[in-house]
Amino acid sequence: MANESMVLFEVFIRSRRGLDHKHVGSVHAEDSEQALEYARDCYTRRSEGVSIWVVKSEDITASQEDDSESFYDPSDDKPYRHATYYKLPEAVNNM
Amino acid sequence: MSVVLNNTAILEYTLRLADDSLILGHRLTEWTSHGPFLEEDIAMSNVALDYIGRARMYYGYAAELSGDGKTEDDFAFLRDEREFRNLLINELPRGDFAYSTVRQLFIDVFNSLYLPKLMQSNDETLAAIAAKGIKETRYHLRRSRDWTLRLGDGTAESHKRMQKAIDSLWGYTHELFELDELEQQLADQRVGVDNTALRAEWLATVESILSEATLTRPNDDWVVKGGRTGYHTENLGHLLTEMQFLHRSNPSCEW
Repeated sequence: MANESMVLFEVFIRSRRGLDHKHVGSVHAEDSEQALEYARDCYTRRSEGVSIWVVKSEDITASQEDDSESFYDPSDDKPYRHATYYKLPEAVNNM
Repeated sequence: MSVVLNNTAILEYTLRLADDSLILGHRLTEWTSHGPFLEEDIAMSNVALDYIGRARMYYGYAAELSGDGKTEDDFAFLRDEREFRNLLINELPRGDFAYSTVRQLFIDVFNSLYLPKLMQSNDETLAAIAAKGIKETRYHLRRSRDWTLRLGDGTAESHKRMQKAIDSLWGYTHELFELDELEQQLADQRVGVDNTALRAEWLATVESILSEATLTRPNDDWVVKGGRTGYHTENLGHLLTEMQFLHRSNPSCEW
């Protein structure tokens, strides 16, 4: 069987103590059910998780390298968006 | 019956179960690095490890029962072909992927019925091993069932290979439901399981999966037996040669 005919899935796992699913890698599979089984076999062998999500890689829309100027640079000169930018009055110094 | 005699019977029974798990586990390891693709390779190796882990628990218990200083390794690596008591279906060569899938399906369905019964054994250790094993088996069955449906109802080639595998393996499934005197005695004492009582449900489950996969159940004309009495196919000797070589040539080897 060739991998070319199979679909690529991204795997997200929530660990026992974790609150959110984290991306751990990807698997090839024929469909989402099989992807779930392979995710279990490839990424939870050492008790890494208690919940698995698999998502078709092609369903993920990702930002591109080219976008970074317009996406991220504009926030570089706006330090006032960070809480640390503001000087607190003495009265609330323990905040 | 004296306690000692019963211990001997339980030891023999435990060794049979251990041999089943070890030999099948070893056959599955033969797929490691030869799987059809990476994900399936890892998945099959996982199943192999489950079986070898199960074999270790049974051999460990057998060593405890034998009480003469034997270890699990002595049972696994220092017995010869005629002393192994595994059912023949476990020792057959791994074949192609369809063949291994069908063998797993037959054995997974069997274990999904057998282990819940063994969990009720009067012998606490056997019951505990079964309780651990059933969780693994439920997952194994999910895999072998999925693959049977996928390949049986897949392409013309995959369907042909699946049917061929079913036809060649069917004759070896009858042995799963046999009881000899020792097994009957232990079943009566609620230590062992009455395998003969499992066949009807096994057949119903297997037939329903096969029919969903557009595959045909063969007739029962051809029946092969002998594993529990130590009469094996020619394949077991070759398997043992490879599996036992390292331990026999380096008896004190550790890793």
